[in-house]
Amino acid sequence: MTTTFADSATQTQMQHRALGLSDEHALEMYWNMLLARRLDERMWILHRQHQVAFHISGIGHEAAQVGAAFALKKGHDWAHPYYRDMALVLTLGVTPRELMLALFGKQGEISSGARQMPAHFSHRALNIVTGSSPVATQIPQAAGIAFAIKYKRTDQVVLTCFGEGSTAEGDFHEGLNWASIHKLPVVFLCENNQYAISVPTTKQMAVPNVADRALAYGIPGIIADGNDVLDTYRVVRDAVERARRGEGATLVEAKTYRPVPHSSDDDDRTYRSREEVEEWKRKDPILRMRQYLESVKLLNEAKAQEYDARAKQVVDDAEQFARNAPLPRPEFALENVWGELSKA
Amino acid sequence: MPVLTNIEAVTRTLQEEMRRDPNIFITGEDVGVRGGVFRATKGLIEEFGDARVVDSPLAELSIVAVGIGAALYGLRPVSEIQFADFIAPAFNQIVNEAARIRYRSNGAWTCPLVMRTPYGGGVSGGLYHSQSIEATYAHIPGLYVVAPSTPRDTVGMLRYALRVDDPVLFLEHKKAYRLIKGDVPDEYYTIPFGKADVKRAGTDLTVIAYGLMMHYALDAAERVARDGISVEVIDPRTLNPLDKETILASVKKTSKALIVYEDNLTLGVGAEIAAIIASDAFEWLDAPVMRVAAPDIPAVPFSQPMQDFFMPNADKIEAAIRKLAAY
Repeated sequence: MTTTFADSATQTQMQHRALGLSDEHALEMYWNMLLARRLDERMWILHRQHQVAFHISGIGHEAAQVGAAFALKKGHDWAHPYYRDMALVLTLGVTPRELMLALFGKQGEISSGARQMPAHFSHRALNIVTGSSPVATQIPQAAGIAFAIKYKRTDQVVLTCFGEGSTAEGDFHEGLNWASIHKLPVVFLCENNQYAISVPTTKQMAVPNVADRALAYGIPGIIADGNDVLDTYRVVRDAVERARRGEGATLVEAKTYRPVPHSSDDDDRTYRSREEVEEWKRKDPILRMRQYLESVKLLNEAKAQEYDARAKQVVDDAEQFARNAPLPRPEFALENVWGELSKA
Repeated sequence: MPVLTNIEAVTRTLQEEMRRDPNIFITGEDVGVRGGVFRATKGLIEEFGDARVVDSPLAELSIVAVGIGAALYGLRPVSEIQFADFIAPAFNQIVNEAARIRYRSNGAWTCPLVMRTPYGGGVSGGLYHSQSIEATYAHIPGLYVVAPSTPRDTVGMLRYALRVDDPVLFLEHKKAYRLIKGDVPDEYYTIPFGKADVKRAGTDLTVIAYGLMMHYALDAAERVARDGISVEVIDPRTLNPLDKETILASVKKTSKALIVYEDNLTLGVGAEIAAIIASDAFEWLDAPVMRVAAPDIPAVPFSQPMQDFFMPNADKIEAAIRKLAAY
């Protein structure tokens, strides 16, 4: 997997090296994006086969998420993701088997004990914080985590992610307000995929960019190409470094697109043209990274096929693992409502 | 054994606990330099500094949400909402977030957040500085809702609140802040949640009341005692989870129950207590379960006659006791 085909002639155009990423890192980025995509595609199929109740997809968001995840110190920094962040949590260490257990609602499911719908990611050991379904609630909570980090004087950073629809919520304003007043070590990453279910950005806000809103809080607002993993990495890394230096929060807007419906229960043909979707599919982040890696001779056709075969194997394994896992006991529903109370 | 008011009990306990546990910090509107509009955090910024006594922006949602985030990280935040009436913008963060964090993560994450707020009427606070919000929140599994009535209970329960790993809505009756004084034991103690207290022993009937109403119930009990009516007063102290055993044991002894609460009658905490008694002590009852509560109007009106009409008081409770005793 880490074999490289680079030669000195291509060195000058190697963006990843200029960003301080090794060839292995660049290939690992591609692998994480590809694996997230294949898992996601399989989850859609399982839903269409009526084998699982629900799926919400991160297809199209892989570059933004993998790029952001690479900017964090895994297990040291904190992440408070949202429901599309499968590629992010996968890159931070959540396993395909764990993700499939959640999809099937099976016993031993890591994020919630199969209480929540799939895609409500959580992993205590990896500092991935439990999330809910109402959007934007994680934004002021991330400010609180960052407040605690500053309070304890560690060098950690918290990354929180959300869609552009979330920026219409009051939680967004209050979270950014807190973080900017206290110069907190938090990166707010908006994965702007242009639609909040069916409502386009023009009906979410009267400014062209989410990043424009940062001005009102006195923090930097930076736009990244969310379909370019290296560009998102660059912008989020800079924001993380800024936070770690004690210079406060940054609002990053990764411009991207959701080429699939909002969820397994949505039909996006009711609100946007097929031409628009097809146009964005040509900008697919995985295709783009593959072309880049081929251009710098880190990937060729044979190697790419190896990656595909391996991803299929991992996805098959995760699916089988989850299928074979037992269902939770019904009475498990009663557990973990409260902690133990002292009898004294 | 010092004698403290309810609000002195809050202030002293916060001070002692902040000395004990460096992870405790306070945030809320005006909690810092001003020391709170009721002065509940008076003097704390001088001792602990503005990193631990943090004046928040005027934004209830984030006062709670920032507390949640800090609690997830491992701190012990105390989020003050200046008046319970203003907590509604934080409802989603309290109910959908704080209260469900343990459950939705299967115990991997906990949210040890104390939300303190003054509630209740009788202070000419009008519609928006008088509300009793307890029933709305006591409905929510995973969220402790407590309403101590005395300085002793306030100290013990606030200490306990700062030790449990689930979110606590800590309700402080604002009229009782300075009206009520009482002994606080010198020794260190805590009062676990879910344990009611028999505030007055009696044999003829049971009155269940909390907060300011508990004190009015004690007054009424004293008055009827002169006529030979022996009233037991039970203070649930914790509204969720309720101490059913203590309530049922008392009702089984006296066979008559009156529940007093300042909140609107319909679907209030008293409705749940009445249902518990009807379900689990039916065969012991000698009279219908009765309630004294506020009328079903939006909140306490400002003008004095209307406020008096709204608020339950010792006279109204006394009348209900006599009616129930004669049944």
